[in-house]
Amino acid sequence: MTEDQVKQIVIDIINEIAPDEETSGLKDEVALREQMDLDSMDFLDIVMELRKQHGIEVPEADYPELASLQSCANYLTPKFNAK
Amino acid sequence: MPSKGLQTHYQTIIIGAGMAGLAAGIRLALAGREVLILERHNASGGLNSFYSIDGRKYDVGLHAMTNYVPKGTKGTPLTKLLRQLRIPYDALDLCPQFGSRIAFPSCGLKFSNDFSLLESEVAANFPKQINGFCALAGEIREMDPFQLEGGRSSAREAVKRHINDPLLEDMLFCPVMYYGSAEAHDMDFGQFAIMFRSLFFEGFARPYEGVRVVIRLLQDKFRSLGGLRKMKCGVKTIHAEGERATALTLDDGSTLTADTILSTAGSVETARLCDDQPEDAQAGNIGQLSFTETITAFEGQPEELGWEETIIFFNTRERFRYAGVPTGEEVDPTSGVICLPNNYDYGAERQLEEGFLRVTAMANHDDWCSLEEAAYTARKEYWYTELMQVALAQLPALPEGTHFGDRILAKDMFTPRTVRKFTGHLNGAIYGATHKQKDGTTHLENLYLAGTDQGFLGITGAMLSGISIANRYLL
Repeated sequence: MTEDQVKQIVIDIINEIAPDEETSGLKDEVALREQMDLDSMDFLDIVMELRKQHGIEVPEADYPELASLQSCANYLTPKFNAK
Repeated sequence: MPSKGLQTHYQTIIIGAGMAGLAAGIRLALAGREVLILERHNASGGLNSFYSIDGRKYDVGLHAMTNYVPKGTKGTPLTKLLRQLRIPYDALDLCPQFGSRIAFPSCGLKFSNDFSLLESEVAANFPKQINGFCALAGEIREMDPFQLEGGRSSAREAVKRHINDPLLEDMLFCPVMYYGSAEAHDMDFGQFAIMFRSLFFEGFARPYEGVRVVIRLLQDKFRSLGGLRKMKCGVKTIHAEGERATALTLDDGSTLTADTILSTAGSVETARLCDDQPEDAQAGNIGQLSFTETITAFEGQPEELGWEETIIFFNTRERFRYAGVPTGEEVDPTSGVICLPNNYDYGAERQLEEGFLRVTAMANHDDWCSLEEAAYTARKEYWYTELMQVALAQLPALPEGTHFGDRILAKDMFTPRTVRKFTGHLNGAIYGATHKQKDGTTHLENLYLAGTDQGFLGITGAMLSGISIANRYLL
């Protein structure tokens, strides 16, 4: 799986959990929180959907790795490819 | 594999299908957990429920849904909870209030879903206090309404730091306390701030069909996610071994087990279900405040009578007294809440067919629960008439020649006895225990509390409570 595919998976999850947020044109390197109205409860949901939909576990200590789309890709792509 | 009906072990069992229990259940079901909600009654909603008599629909509990914000408003309790439950905003059918009032003998303050109205009312009536009022509002705006930690601090003292006119102080406390204080005279400042925000910064709204809309949405969502719910299924005992809850015995004698248990039954009530606790556990923490409420269906719309406000919080004493009613007095008619459910903006095409008038006042639990059936009915009749007179004195005078009594189509009344029956709260304590357990923990490591006694208040607060505790401990 490529980094771009992983980014798209994250965007799809955000669209699902926060349908009122605009996810087109998100910048890779900028924190998601700065581009959308997402809080810690929403990040919990991103983690929850990664587990439910893709079987990917993100331990609480690693939540900061999900800060931006690029950091999500860096952190999650090896996990997807290791499945 | 046993069939679903015979399943006896769940990842999480939730006690109570009120707002908090249903919201927590949805979170767990969203996460793919096996969750079962147990409810002693045959209807969901707990403190906020509904019923019909002669085809007429009544709400219990909900005067208004607090925390109203228009669609698209970000970062507020209402929008956060809808997102967490994945319920679209429009599904709630929230219709904003017309406007409300705090009515004291020498002064009235109007407020609406636009905070600037209350500010201008305070400025006009209390010119020396307006700076302090704005400073108080500023302090509350900075407080985190989702905070699960923090000790108790006195709201009276916090308000007095900014406001030194006892009349204005009492007038601000009156609606805040009536809509959520389990404590007499004073309350925790954190809780005061949550309520102040939900009433004054945000505001009131109501679904056209009332509280049943909210309950149905929660039930349907929970069911659609595969959550299981058993009605008429009370919990008799929570079995404890060492630090853990190990099993539940139900009223019918059957036994269930769960990895974690979330109780919305109340703090004291939950402790007393546990077989490692004495029968009189937490006796000092039982709430003392109970309410009575009359509900009247009448011919025509309130607006035809000149009654255009949504909710009136009234007090007729010199100092507002929010406290338990002394034994023998049954009801304290000197303060209360008047609600006209017709006075929400349902749009041009819709209006409730009949007028409704609800009057809430504080009442003594023991008085009402010790009455024999005939006397109970007679005292209800007496206090219905008394409270109607109190309400008519607070509402704008009727047009000449109009007698409200002639327009009454139906009436009903709940008392502390009703509250006790449907919520299971000891003493019929409407807002539960005096001391809240904000972090939701109990003496057992896998038993948690949510709902009224966790300490988020109002319907929105109850749902947020269920969500917060589920997120923190159960996902």
